[in-house]
Parts: sequence; C-alpha cells; structure tokens
Amino acid sequence: MTGSPASSAAPRPWQSQPDKEGHFGSFGGRYVPETLMPALAELSAAYAEAKEDGRFQDELSELLRDFAGRETPLYEARNMSQRLGQARIFLKREDLAHTGAHKINNVLGQVLLAKRMGKTRIIAETGAGQHGVATATGAALMGMQCLIHMGTLDIERQAVNVERMRMLGAEVAPVEAGSCSLKDAVNAAIRDWVTNVADTHYIIGSVVGPHPYPMMVRDFQAVIGHEARRQILERAGRLPDLLVACVGAGSNAIGLFHPFLDDEVRMLGVEAAGHGLDSGEHSASLVAGRPGVFQGASLYLLQDVQGQVHEAHSVAAGLDYPGVGPEHSLLKDLERVSYTAVEDGQALKAFVRLTREEGIIPALESAHALAALEDIVPGLPADSIVVVCLSGRGDKDLAQVMARMEDAS
Amino acid sequence: MKTSIPEAFAAARARGAAAFMPFVTGGFPDLDTSLELLMALDRAGADLIEVGIPFSDPLADGPVIQHSSQLALEAGVTPAAVLELVGRASKRVQAPMVLMTYFNPMLAMGLEEFAQRAAAAGAAGVIIPDLPPEEAGPWLEAAQGSGLDTVFFAAPTTPPERLGLVAQATEGFLYYVSMTGVTGSDLELAPELLAAIEAARRACPLPVAVGFGVATPAQAANLAQVADGVIVGSALVKLMLEAASPVDGLAACGELAGGIAAALEIGA
Repeated sequence: MTGSPASSAAPRPWQSQPDKEGHFGSFGGRYVPETLMPALAELSAAYAEAKEDGRFQDELSELLRDFAGRETPLYEARNMSQRLGQARIFLKREDLAHTGAHKINNVLGQVLLAKRMGKTRIIAETGAGQHGVATATGAALMGMQCLIHMGTLDIERQAVNVERMRMLGAEVAPVEAGSCSLKDAVNAAIRDWVTNVADTHYIIGSVVGPHPYPMMVRDFQAVIGHEARRQILERAGRLPDLLVACVGAGSNAIGLFHPFLDDEVRMLGVEAAGHGLDSGEHSASLVAGRPGVFQGASLYLLQDVQGQVHEAHSVAAGLDYPGVGPEHSLLKDLERVSYTAVEDGQALKAFVRLTREEGIIPALESAHALAALEDIVPGLPADSIVVVCLSGRGDKDLAQVMARMEDAS
Repeated sequence: MKTSIPEAFAAARARGAAAFMPFVTGGFPDLDTSLELLMALDRAGADLIEVGIPFSDPLADGPVIQHSSQLALEAGVTPAAVLELVGRASKRVQAPMVLMTYFNPMLAMGLEEFAQRAAAAGAAGVIIPDLPPEEAGPWLEAAQGSGLDTVFFAAPTTPPERLGLVAQATEGFLYYVSMTGVTGSDLELAPELLAAIEAARRACPLPVAVGFGVATPAQAANLAQVADGVIVGSALVKLMLEAASPVDGLAACGELAGGIAAALEIGA
C-alpha cells in the first residue's frame, strides 16, 4: 500500500540532494564571507554526527512529542470539502504545535544541536514572529541566551509576538534597514553571527541560507510529511492526490512535500502575490523571479536587471521574503512541484472563511494555501484527496485582519 | 601600461613601507565626487585603491558602508556606472584599482560580460566577499584571460588546513580579515592578531593585506609591522558621510589618507 510505482524506477533527479557541498542541482551552496566558512563546516559535521546518533534522535523525538505536542492531528475539513465538492480536504494541523506554528520543529532540532556543539548564545531572524517565538521558547527551555533580529515594520505589525518573545526572556533587536522586514533581519543576523561566531549558533528559520541549513531545516521539518503520510494512509487507505502548502522561503512546504517526492502525488506551493504580480509588490520568487545568489545560497530571487534585490511584499509577514529555498528552486525547474501565487485579498478572504466555516483561525501565511484551494478543488476528479499544511495559527494576525475588514466595510 | 597588483606591492616593499589600500564606495556621494576622491587618494599616497560596487544587501559590511551603498543605489548608481567610473579614473590615477562587489550583481550582468567590462575599464582585480573559493569555479573560468586577479580572504576563524586552500586560491594578494565582524567595527590590535597575520604570510606566497576596522594612522602603522598592506574603508567613507559638502569630504578623506600613507612609510 505504501509502496509506489515510482520507488522501483531509476533514481529521480530530486533524490540524493543536496550533494556534499550543499548543491541542489545548480542551486544552494555556500556563498558567505570567509569568516563563516569554518563555522558552516563545523555545523555540517556536528549535524551529520547528530543525525546518526540514536540518543540525539531520541531526545528530539521526546521533545517533539512531550514539549511540542506532536504528532499534530490530520483534520478532515468536512464543511469546506462539502462546499467545494470533489475532494476530501485534510488539514495538517501545525497550528496546534506548541508556539502555534511548524517553526518549533526546526527550532527544537537546532537548539539540541547548538547545545551539543557547546554554544551558549542563540540568535535568529524573524518575520511574522513565529520563528522568533519558537526560538525564544527553545532557548528558554535550554537555558541559553537569545537575541532575535526583527525588522521595525514587522515589530509594528506583529506586536503580540514581540511581547511573547520578550516574556520568554529573549532580546528583540529592531532592524531599521532596507524594507525593515524579513530579508533585512536575515542580513542583521548574519552580521551578528559573523561577529560572535565563537559562542553563537544562528537558527535560520527556513530552508534558505548557506549549506547545511536548507538540508538540515528540511530534515527537521520533514516530520510534517512523515506524519501526514502515515495518517492519511490510516484514514483514507491511500496516498493523497494533491498536497498544498504556502511558500515564503519554503520550510513548511518542503516539510510536507519531501516525504512524498517519490510517490505519485501532485504538489502545489502557493506564494504570496501581494498586491498582484503586475504591481511589483509581491513575494512570488518562484513564479516571478529568476535565479540569483542571495544570503548565502543560489536560489530563485526577486531582483532587478542589475542584480539588486527587490523588497518583497505580502500581507503575511512570514511570506515577505524575496528569495526561496534552493530545493524548491530545483523542484520548480524539474517541474516536480507546481507553484502559483495568490493575492493579499484572496488570502484575507480565506482567513475569514476558514475561521467561520471550520472554527479554525489560520495564520495569514497558511491562508494563502487555503485560498488556492478555491480555484483548484472544484476542477479535481471526484473523490480526490487533498492534504493542506495549516502551518500556523492566526491569533497574531487578528488586529491586522480586523483593521482591513473595517476598511472594507 | 597600468601598474599591476604585484607591482604595487613590490613598489611599497622597495620603499620599505606597507602598501596602503583605501576603499571607496563607487558612486557615493555621486559619480563625479567619486572620481575626484579616487584622484585625491592617489595623490595622498594610495598604492592600490578598492572600489566598491553598491549592493542592496551587503552582508559583510557594517553600518557605514551599508549606508553609503544604500545612498548610492537611491541616487541610481548601477554596477555598469561604477565600471565606467573605474574606466574614467584609470586614465587619471597611478594606483591599480581593485573592484569590491557581491556576487549577485556580477551574475546579473553575466560573468563573462562582467570580466570583459571590468578588464576593459582597467580594473586590476576583483574582491567578492560572498564568493569563497569553493563556489568560485564559474567566475574563475569566465575571468580567465581577462588579466583580472581574484582576491580571496582569510579570517581569524580560518583553521590552518583551510588557510593553505585560500592562500593557494587567491590571486594578487590575500585579504586578511582583522576580526570576526563586519567592516568598520572597532579593531583591537591584540598579539594574537599579529601572530595570525604572520601565519597567513607564511602560508601565502603572495602579499597579505589586512582590512576591517583600520581607522587611524597609528593602527595602520602597527599592522604594517607584520602585513604587506593595510586596507582602510569605513573610516574614509564615514568622513564623506559626515561632511557638510562633497568638497569638505574630499578634503577630510585626503587628509586622513595622507596621514595613514605617511604612518605606513614611517612604520616600515
């Protein structure tokens, strides 16, 4: 039942990626200042060792279960399924993980690794604040010093998460450069790491940055897909026809997709089209960008003809990033995964719709994945099975959504 | 015939001095002032000059160079405009010019196109802070035959076995990063740093120039005890940022550059 026709065929081009230097085809790699090269080599070695160490894996599994609350449920959204017709829609409830999003999966893996490496200080960047909150949580658990770099625009629009981080004992350092959002926070975190590399571990929150981050973060997030695969086989007796997830830099999407890559399962990544792809104000790196080198890796990137990086836009702070993971970049070129983009307005509607229809307030990021279902599901063959990653909860977005609703009324 | 990078270091050594390499953010505060600044630094005793191509996300740079880059970009400065600036300057300055650019603008222009245009403009080399030797293959291939030297870095975190790798890979000179940090941070001249520079010199057949945080003639003179060259960036850019006018900025940069050049002669 779990075997698929693909698994006995010749190796597929997405298999055994990345190579030893962290390349996913022509993407990925390590494009960083020399000062960080030894730290990345050290991190790669430590991760390779931990991966093979049963005690590390046991400790991580225990934390994921008892601290993060895994496994997360696979919920059949019957009201939505009935309205759209054609498909049984299942939501992978990452919003129910501790701290309210999938980000904790990666953070727990990385704080354990940091402790094992003898680091005493944790830094991270954050956009929506979900990764910042998860990191502050992990640092509190491990008794480590923690500093979160966050753009001033995001500090303003994600005030609740800023308070949570501070309550957890983390310092939130405002970043006032460029677009004052996620990409600038990553620059600040990289500069911090370059300066304090001896005692500091940088927990990148997504599948971007230099090798080994895209691979390591994917591995930690793949728990989403492994659970979903087991759960759907139990519930439906077969694999899903379609997987859907939102894509900012791409960690929840790769986490869901990766364990299904060798199966006959279609996958759709949904980027943020912001004010519209023609407006120039969006975050659709895969749909509307072209390959470049940014923040340590080769990847699809929003940039001008001179190679200057565009400021991204999305109503969802967690999608507001001009690059996208190198593995997604490869999967796009291989046409193994399809990518589309939905606008701010569609995401806001999907946010309200799920809240009223299923009694679940989704993160605005996840609402992008839900919005894409509206067009796709009615066109599917009858009795299709769709699994959507509900990557986070939307409490953090309430003030913003309510302000927009008032504007609209 | 333009002076090459090895010739510039050799000339400094022959004088008993360390080579002085100031940095200029290309196109800041504007292209004409940049040209004046290159000429002023040349007159003040620069042996080589580093010319930065502004980039939107300069992750190896501190606040001063970030800010100057952002202002230059807002004023519409492009990589092509900085290459033209170098072309104009190369007729007027003695010191060989070395481009400093992040990798993405090079990719956007096309690596071969970039190599051709940089060489045609008279640049002697390229420093790419986010391109370690491991990823440099395509660029080195594109630059082959252009005459451009590609300069790689060593840092205090570089372990001995890796020092050999970067020392063998680098062309023209080895850029030794004085600290774990970004450009323009406070530099502490600890004995460990001087020892590390000496180790880099033993590992590298080419000259070793030290940069990041060098701000005063006294610091430069101290580094000159062990280094073949001293790179000064943020301190000069800061003077231009804080100047009331471009003319004042040129005067202030000329004065600091003259002071550092003199200190390097005496220090040697």
